[in-house]
Amino acid sequence: MSGRTLFEKVWDAHIVHRHPEGPVLLYVDLHLVHEVTSPQAFDGLRMAGRRVRRPDLTVATVDHNVPTDDRALPIADEVSRRQVDALVANAEEFGIELFDLHSPRQGIVHVIGPELGLTTPGSVIVCGDSHTSTHGAFGALAFGIGTSEVEHVLATQTLVASRPRTMEVRFNGLPGYGIGPKDLILALIGRIGTAGGTGHVIEYTGEAIRALSMEGRMTVCNMSIEAGARAGMIAPDETTLEYLRGRPRAPRGRDWERAVQRWLPLTTDADASYDTTVHLDASAIAPQVTWGTNPGMVTEIGGRVPDPDDFAAEADRRTAERALAYMDLKPGTPLEGLPVDRVFVGSCTNARIEDLREAARVVEGRRVSNRVRAMVVPGSMQVKAQAEREGLDRIFIAAGFEWRNAGCSMCLGMNPDILQPGERCASTSNRNFEGRQGRGGRTHLMSPAMAAAAAIEGCIVDVRRLGRTEGSGLRAERVAQSSVLSPQS
Amino acid sequence: MIPFTSHTGRVAALPRANVDTDQIIPKQFLKRVERTGFGRYLFYDWRLLPDGAENPAFELNQPNAAGASILLAGANFGCGSSREHAPWALSEYGFRAILAESFADIFFNNCVQNGILPVRLTAEEMAELFARAAAAGGPYELTVDLEQEIVSDTAGFHARFALDPYLRTKLLQGLDEIGLTLVHEEQVARFERRRAAMLAGVEP
Repeated sequence: MSGRTLFEKVWDAHIVHRHPEGPVLLYVDLHLVHEVTSPQAFDGLRMAGRRVRRPDLTVATVDHNVPTDDRALPIADEVSRRQVDALVANAEEFGIELFDLHSPRQGIVHVIGPELGLTTPGSVIVCGDSHTSTHGAFGALAFGIGTSEVEHVLATQTLVASRPRTMEVRFNGLPGYGIGPKDLILALIGRIGTAGGTGHVIEYTGEAIRALSMEGRMTVCNMSIEAGARAGMIAPDETTLEYLRGRPRAPRGRDWERAVQRWLPLTTDADASYDTTVHLDASAIAPQVTWGTNPGMVTEIGGRVPDPDDFAAEADRRTAERALAYMDLKPGTPLEGLPVDRVFVGSCTNARIEDLREAARVVEGRRVSNRVRAMVVPGSMQVKAQAEREGLDRIFIAAGFEWRNAGCSMCLGMNPDILQPGERCASTSNRNFEGRQGRGGRTHLMSPAMAAAAAIEGCIVDVRRLGRTEGSGLRAERVAQSSVLSPQS
Repeated sequence: MIPFTSHTGRVAALPRANVDTDQIIPKQFLKRVERTGFGRYLFYDWRLLPDGAENPAFELNQPNAAGASILLAGANFGCGSSREHAPWALSEYGFRAILAESFADIFFNNCVQNGILPVRLTAEEMAELFARAAAAGGPYELTVDLEQEIVSDTAGFHARFALDPYLRTKLLQGLDEIGLTLVHEEQVARFERRRAAMLAGVEP
C-alpha cells in the first residue's frame, strides 16, 4: 500500500459514512460560529425543531461587524446590533459558548481558535467563513462553508463533502532579509493565480515553511483560499507543540502526551504522492505588493503596474484594464512611490502578536506621514493585551497610529471602519476586491512591515530600505516570547 | 428546496473573469438575519450608480437581459468570501442556473444548497454561448436540462455537462440534506463513541 499525504490521513480518519455516489459524511471536531453567516442557520434549526447536536464542539464569537472603538457604547449601527444580538440569543438558546463583545477573549474567530488551543492537529474544523483555512497551519483540515452547511453541521456534527485533490506547495530555501510569510503566500498566488488551487487542498512544505513560527504559518494557510484552494495545511512539528502547550483548551497531563502521540505522525509519508506539485524558491522572493483587484494581481516591490496589452488572452486583458481603471493606475507606473491615504494593520491574515511586533519594529521612533491615516486593529483582545504588555501600543500611538479593539474591521468594512471613495490603502488584509474596504476604495495588499513602512513614508516603499526588519515571522528564539496567553485560565 | 429538473429561460451574459462574491453581494448588505431580501442588492456596486440610478453600461441592465434566469459567467465565478448571501441574491433576482468555465468551490456548493444549478462547460463552449448571446439581436434563450445533463438552444447549440451524481440527485429531487444525513444517525453515534475512546486513550 502506498503512503498517504497529511490531508489523506486526516480525511480518512473522519469518514462516518460513504455515500454510494461518491461524497462522504465527514465528522467535524470543531465548529466555529460568527454573527454574519449563522442567523439563518439557527432559524432553520428552529423551524425544523432541531437542536445543536454537539454544543460542546461549537464555539461562537462576534467579529465581522463589531465596532473597534469604544465598547462601552451600544453598537451605533442598528442592523449590525441586531445581528450581534441574534448570535447572543442563539448561543443562549442552543447552549453554545460565546465570546461576546465584552469578553477579554473576544476576537477574530481565526485568531481566537488557535489562541485558546481549540485548534489542534488532525482535527476537522469548519466555519461559515472562507478564511477558516487559517487553522490548517496546525495540521488540521479546516475550510469555509456556507450557511446551509453551517446548519447541517449544527444539526448533525457532520458535513457531506467530496474528496478534494491534493497539491504540494514547496518553498525551498530560506526567505531573505525583510521577507515574511505574507510575501511567500502572495508570491504563490501571483504564480498560480486565484483559481490555481481550485478543488485542491494545499500542503505547504519545505525549509521556509519549517522555519516559520505558528503565526507565520497561519498567515500562509489563511490565504490558501485566495489561491482558490479548499484548504491549506502544514504538518505539525515541535513548533506546533510549543505553541499549543499550556493553552487554555489544549489537552493537559496524560491527555497531552496521548495527543502528541497522535499528532506527530501526521506527516505526509515518503512514498505518498500529490496530484499536483508547485515549487518556489523562497530565497528569491522580494516584498510583494498587489496592484489590481484580486490577490493574484501582485508583483514585487521593484515591479511596475503591468500593461494590459501584455496579457495574451482577451479575457485577461479586459480584466487587467478594468482593474487598472478601478485602481486609477497607468501601465508602467512603479509601485514604489505610489502615495497612500490610509494604512490598515489588521485582519485574520496579519493581526497576531508577531504581526504587530513586525510593524512596531518599523514604526518605533518614527512618525506616520501627515498625509496618512493609519490604524492598528489587533486580531483579538488577548493580542491587544499582550501588545500592551510589550509596549507596542505606545510605539504605534506615539507614531500617530490609531490603536483599536479587536475585530475584522477594515478588512471587509462591515463595521464603521471603511475607506472613502478614491482612497488608496496599504493593507495587511487578504482581499483587494473592488469595494472590499469601502465602495471606490483602492487596496494594496502587503506584509505588516511593508504597510508600516508605507505609513511612515506616505507611499508604498521597500521596507528593506528602512531597516529593522529581520526575516519577520521566523521562528528563531523569539518563539519563546510569542505565547499570547498565560498558561493558566 | 425547489427541485431542478429542466429549465428554459432568457440569458444574461456577464463575460468577466474572477467575479468575487463581494461583487455579487457587497458586505454592507450581509447584516440581515433572514434568508430573503437580498435580490435587490445583487451586483449592487456594478448595477447601480453611486446616486442609486441604474448603471446603463452594466451587463445585467441591458434590455435583452431583462427577466433573465440563466447567467453566463466568466471563469472562477464566485471566488472569495463564503457568503451564501450571494446565491440567495442571485436566486431572488431570478437566476436558476449559472453557466461558466469554472466556479470557486464554496460558491459552487452554496448554489446547489439553494436549488441553483451551476454548470461547468468548456472554454470553447462558453465562448460560443457568449457569441450567440451577443449575436442574437434580441433576447437569447437556453434550455438547461439536468436529467439529460445537456445545455441547448433552438439553433443547434448542444453541449453535455456533468454534475456530481450525489448533487444531481439532490437537485433533481429538491432533497433536504439534513434529513438525508439524519438517516445515518446510528453511524454518527458509533463514530462518536470511537472518537471519545480514542481521545480518552482506551481501545474501543
